[in-house]
Amino acid sequence: MTGHNGQRVLEVHDLQVRFGTRRGAAHVVNGISYTLDAGETLAIVGESGSGKSVSSLALIGLVPQPPGRVTGTVRFGERNLVTCSSEELRHVRGNDIAMIFQDPMTSLNPVLTIGRQLTEGMQLHLQLDDRAARRRAIELLDRVGIPSPDRRLGDYPHQFSGGMRQRVMIAIGLACDPVVLIADEPTTALDVTTQAQIVELVDDLRRDTGMGVIWITHDLGVVAGIADRVAVMYAGQIVETAQVDALYEHPRHPYTQGLLGSLPVLGQPERELATIPGLPPDPVHLPSGCPFWPRCPQRLDERCETERPQLRDTGEGNLVATFYEAKPASEAVS
Amino acid sequence: MASYVVRRVAQALVVLLGVSVVVFALVHLVPGDPIRVSMGTRFNPDAYEALRARAGFDLPLPVQYGRYLANAAAGDLGVSFRSGDPVTTTLLGRLPATLSLAGSALLVALLIAVPLGIFSAIRSGSKLDYVATVFSQAGISLPDFWMAILLILLFSGVLGWLPPSGYVSPLADPIGWLSHLVLPAITVGVVSGSILTRFVRSSVLESLGEDYTRTARSKGLHERTVVTRHVLRNALVPIITVTGLQLAYLLGGVIIVEVIFAWPGLGQLALLAVQSRDYPVLQGTVLLVAVVFLLINLIVDLLYAAADPRIRYK
Repeated sequence: MTGHNGQRVLEVHDLQVRFGTRRGAAHVVNGISYTLDAGETLAIVGESGSGKSVSSLALIGLVPQPPGRVTGTVRFGERNLVTCSSEELRHVRGNDIAMIFQDPMTSLNPVLTIGRQLTEGMQLHLQLDDRAARRRAIELLDRVGIPSPDRRLGDYPHQFSGGMRQRVMIAIGLACDPVVLIADEPTTALDVTTQAQIVELVDDLRRDTGMGVIWITHDLGVVAGIADRVAVMYAGQIVETAQVDALYEHPRHPYTQGLLGSLPVLGQPERELATIPGLPPDPVHLPSGCPFWPRCPQRLDERCETERPQLRDTGEGNLVATFYEAKPASEAVS
Repeated sequence: MASYVVRRVAQALVVLLGVSVVVFALVHLVPGDPIRVSMGTRFNPDAYEALRARAGFDLPLPVQYGRYLANAAAGDLGVSFRSGDPVTTTLLGRLPATLSLAGSALLVALLIAVPLGIFSAIRSGSKLDYVATVFSQAGISLPDFWMAILLILLFSGVLGWLPPSGYVSPLADPIGWLSHLVLPAITVGVVSGSILTRFVRSSVLESLGEDYTRTARSKGLHERTVVTRHVLRNALVPIITVTGLQLAYLLGGVIIVEVIFAWPGLGQLALLAVQSRDYPVLQGTVLLVAVVFLLINLIVDLLYAAADPRIRYK
């Protein structure tokens, strides 16, 4: 299937991921819901351990079960990816939904040529023969900006720089013209200038192909540049989701406000950066009620400790999981 | 690639030179006179002088070493104090038995270790993994002489299927050679296989957890392809290392097993040489084992380069 801009391609509802550990069940993803349209970029933002990577691995069945357990629905076309067979999922993976990963140094297989790693997916899903796959691999490498691609197919990953390897990873992701591309912190391991190039490249490719992009990151600076919508995750839940401008202009959840307040702003060197006191909760011992209440600077409602707030519309385009009208960040900080 | 080979061969030659010094010194580190000691109660002054002169012990040490080195390079490792036969001939006579035992034992070991190690890694934490762990632990812990005795009791004592000990040349009687080979090969192979199983398992397990394996899965490849194409190729380097070491160890002679099965290999020869204080034979055996180790390490290094492209270009 191919998406036309604006057409819904992915619908995630009440996705939960738990892991059995010796200390008990770890609740890593706790009922997240979102949608993705063709040609759209959704950024999922959160700290390390907020469940953003695991939730995206769960979409395409890459969470090992056991020890993991995935429930909820991931509607992709006619299928629910959570319940469909591993064989059906295999046909979706790399073909309809592709993924690129954080560390290009370790995500490519060091003992196989990049040509082999690029073509194996297309040969499987698109049934291309060796020559057609090779031709397509050269086109893809050219498209992601690898110079003289025909001569580089026989090279191994260690012969490429970090940024070039991530370009190769992106080419692998695009191999079968996916409808959805999940980018799991693809710029984290790269230096800043390379980061900007990779962000721009993925955005160009999205515009050209009309694929939907889920961009997972902890970097709010990256998000501002490319995302259409942002979902902020905390302790396995989406605590706020909004169009990117709305989120930056008037963040409503105290956690989002804290995250934005911790970003340095150019030209304001004397401004003290905000911090969020405390640590994210242990997924084995999540607090009852709102997961953020032990760290929340604005707690007003007794229900915070006992009842989990659901996402609700603030009327400004933000969906926020709080019980009260959160003050704008400027007032909260002062 | 060629410069890599040349460099590794040169390194091996330097090590070999060091080994030759140690082997040469072996005779001179023995308290007293090796020839006097080796003659024991059968001492006879004329024979003593003759043996000393033949061994060149009346010359200065550096000259002796130079002669030893020159002779060894030409394949002459001296003459046995005991039998009077050239050491090289004696060693070569032991090679068929040693090679057949080492080769077949390694085959048994790999036939056990590769499938068992891979499957217990893929199904890690399962019953099969548990059984494999118990098996390999038992194989490592059980003394090989005890396992040899149990196997002899069962297969030649109770069942009468196989001969209890001895060696027949494969040229004279291939079936007899094989039937004599089975029990020692299993004894040695099970021990080696148990050690190898652990390495295969941990190496495959490590590779299964790597990011590139996740990438391979994210492409929607069949799990079989993920394991054979992506995981095993990467797991190969540590497996090659340990297999090479095991083979070198087997070629150096498995003394106890050879003694139990009356197997005329290098291990048994070394034991006899020690017991009868036959220094030239002992020197020759040690030198040969050292050469075998170096050769196998060289081959292992070259195989690394074949298995891992990152080594080739360094």
